[in-house]
Amino acid sequence: MSEREAKKGGMKELSPIDVYMLLPKTNCKECGEDNCMAFAAKVVNREVKIEKCPPLLKKENEKAYKQLSDMLKPAVKEVIIGEGNNAYTVGGKLVMYRHEFTYFNPTAIAIDVTDEMPDEELLGRVKKTEGFEYVYIGTKIRLSMIAIRSTSNEPEKFRVAVKKVAENTALPLVLCSFNPEVLEAGLMTVPKQRPLLYAATKDNWKDMAELALMYNCPLAVFAPNDLTLLKSLAKTLTEYGVSDLVLDPGTFVDEGLADTVNSFTMLRRAACKQGDELVGFPLIGTPITAWLERGSMPQEIALWNEAYAAGMLINRYADILIMHSIRGWSLLPIAILRQNIYTDPRKPVAVEPGMRTFGAPDENSPVMMTTNFALTYYTVASDIESSGVSCYLIVIDTEGIAVDSAVAGRKLTSEKIADAIKQTGVEGKVKHRKLIIPGKAARLSGEIEELSNWQVMVGPRDSADIPKFLQEKWGKD
Amino acid sequence: MTHHLPEKKKEKKEDEKEDFLSLFEQLAKFQEIELEDVEMEFGDLELWFQPGAVAAPPLPILKTVPPIAKAKPAEILQADFIPPIEQYPGQVVEVTLGATKSQGGSRGRAITIGGEKSPAFYTFENPTTHRPIISLDVFDMKVPLAKAVKMHVKEVMEDPVAWAKLAVDKFGADMVTMHIISIDPLLKDTSPKDAAKTVENVLQAVDVPLVIGGCGDPKKDAAAFELIAEMAAGERLLFSSVTQDMDIEKVATVINKHDHVALSFTPMDLNQARQLNRRLYDFLPKERIVMDTTTAALGYGLEYAFTIMERARLAALMGDPELQHPMSSGTTNAWAAREAWMEMAPEWDPRELRGPLWEVVTATNLLLAGVDLFMMMHPAAVKTLKDIITELTSGNRGKAEKIASWVSAKI
Repeated sequence: MSEREAKKGGMKELSPIDVYMLLPKTNCKECGEDNCMAFAAKVVNREVKIEKCPPLLKKENEKAYKQLSDMLKPAVKEVIIGEGNNAYTVGGKLVMYRHEFTYFNPTAIAIDVTDEMPDEELLGRVKKTEGFEYVYIGTKIRLSMIAIRSTSNEPEKFRVAVKKVAENTALPLVLCSFNPEVLEAGLMTVPKQRPLLYAATKDNWKDMAELALMYNCPLAVFAPNDLTLLKSLAKTLTEYGVSDLVLDPGTFVDEGLADTVNSFTMLRRAACKQGDELVGFPLIGTPITAWLERGSMPQEIALWNEAYAAGMLINRYADILIMHSIRGWSLLPIAILRQNIYTDPRKPVAVEPGMRTFGAPDENSPVMMTTNFALTYYTVASDIESSGVSCYLIVIDTEGIAVDSAVAGRKLTSEKIADAIKQTGVEGKVKHRKLIIPGKAARLSGEIEELSNWQVMVGPRDSADIPKFLQEKWGKD
Repeated sequence: MTHHLPEKKKEKKEDEKEDFLSLFEQLAKFQEIELEDVEMEFGDLELWFQPGAVAAPPLPILKTVPPIAKAKPAEILQADFIPPIEQYPGQVVEVTLGATKSQGGSRGRAITIGGEKSPAFYTFENPTTHRPIISLDVFDMKVPLAKAVKMHVKEVMEDPVAWAKLAVDKFGADMVTMHIISIDPLLKDTSPKDAAKTVENVLQAVDVPLVIGGCGDPKKDAAAFELIAEMAAGERLLFSSVTQDMDIEKVATVINKHDHVALSFTPMDLNQARQLNRRLYDFLPKERIVMDTTTAALGYGLEYAFTIMERARLAALMGDPELQHPMSSGTTNAWAAREAWMEMAPEWDPRELRGPLWEVVTATNLLLAGVDLFMMMHPAAVKTLKDIITELTSGNRGKAEKIASWVSAKI
């Protein structure tokens, strides 16, 4: 198949056998698996790290360990920003296209503050960044980092700002200044926190490298629209001994957007398809440049442009983004996009079919029905929960497909529903025989009634209207 | 209450400030309209399961030199970056929509899409063959719309001719999608003849190429498409869509006979897409087929839609003949996401900005997957996508000095 060919130019399939051959093959179970082959299978799926194999770490297996490490090394290096529990790992990409495997380490979204912001604004922005939270398919979506920019170019002001931020947040930090003196003043107040240093340029790289080495920090490299300079700096800094780099080829949100898209794409292709280690580092985008030279342009336009650029860069390989927005309407689509792009395409987004109970249902409680597409299920469940209604919910196995598509694709059928009514034992739980079906499955009403001998009530098209529906229709006849 | 709208000359970008303001005005018009329900037009969504491929990175170049203390470099070490250009054995076919008088139709211009030789916007490799285009949705009856959309079209919602004109004259639509949904037996069950009359009127009112959107009932759509194809012979309409449960021979034959184009629609499954295209080849030349592998909204399965399209395009370039068609996306499906239209807690407000941005983010991601034809809804989203496409295909270079000191910029 031709997609396989799409992987040519660097990609190769790694089989459990390749890993197994290098393992101690003692089947000692110390890793928690039944045998070395099972462990190898998990290793190639990146579900466990080889360090979980104690015998492999022994001196006599040093060579095999080294070989395995090289074999499993991602095309894009993993870089850790911050320390301890709050550390955020970026990069670690194995592939260019998400369907080739899956993307690891979701793009970090950093929100900026400056060393000239009044206290109230600075702390307000930190608080909003920390407090940003949206529950989506059962997970909490959050922002990732604070980027502190020196607009004053004064070491003392920067030191004070970094101190204030660090005292008020546990989020990892990005310290931004091209002036090494300024950067060091900030760095001295967080000497062990491993912030990302932004950035080494053609002019300051040596001093920046010294700072990165002295404080053991990852270092960003900035060479706007000059990939040869970017790569040359990466080579120079690597030789200098700085091993954790992050690359910034420059972000243009309007004129030059094509250059930005091309740069990110070329860098990632060179890393993933050609094995170019000098560009095999996480990439950083700065949609915040949408705010430059704003003039009299309304703030909403800068927010809007910043958001679309961020969305394109999450798609095109950015591992970190620095943004200025702290507004929910512009950040929410970006944060959800990140969640989407970083889901594992190998796994269906589905929940277990069967019957769920909400609250304390009795024999008169409503019986509703939905599909096992995770998003549908969690949305319905959260609407039922927030309404406080006690009821039964039958979850039909539609192979993880939403209601209307499942009806169209014959994955949600009257047979399946009638069968689920029998299988779940709901007939022993309630004395009525009324099933509320989603509005989008209205077409199935007649057939369900025929097959199940239950009366069908067509519910709302959106589960947000369930409480209203029940209030108006349930128990009214 | 007047819209300040994008004009064609905008693409020259000679007056950026005015550009921004007009976009802002489109976005900012949101205080005026009453609360409305929204249409949940969720396209078919089907999951795709990765067949367990396990990928490994390229074999590392084993460093034979141990990391012994080397002298730290004193100068920048030169390392040339060579653009990683690839050759592809395959190419997407070009499909022309609409026909001018000399071509047998009555459109002001014909639009050609497709023809790609590289993945989307790999312009370091090949220039974009034809810029992706945008078709605006027009319905032949009043439909429930999100408040943010409705406020721009509420005066024309029961007049498809006026709606189509608004889309072209004010919103800068490259094309118009005439949705003849009133023929749906579950809606008004109007006759195919009525639908043909509506299309005829719209053809007279605007001179852009048209897409004909059916109601989703395979029998009714086939009947209406047949009549419309005959009535508008030679116009190169795009019939959206031909599906697996239709009488394909009948529909495709009539589309071919009257010189139109088919939109081959499948529910997020490449094998089904190949299969349907293969069936269509019996009746239609390849360059008369556009394909749609289904669009799901941001937050509601966009990643599946994106990945299916990206895989389809890469496979096409790698030589899979059955996927070498321009791609279309029902981007309006972005509005199926509750977060696009719903009133939420104040920290997520205003939804009048959140909604169209939802459509933009959905669209830009599919743009990067290779979509050639977008069917869209909100005028600000349309304008933004157009500007982005213009920029991506302009050949404009980024000026390093413009962003060089962003770190210390006071914003």
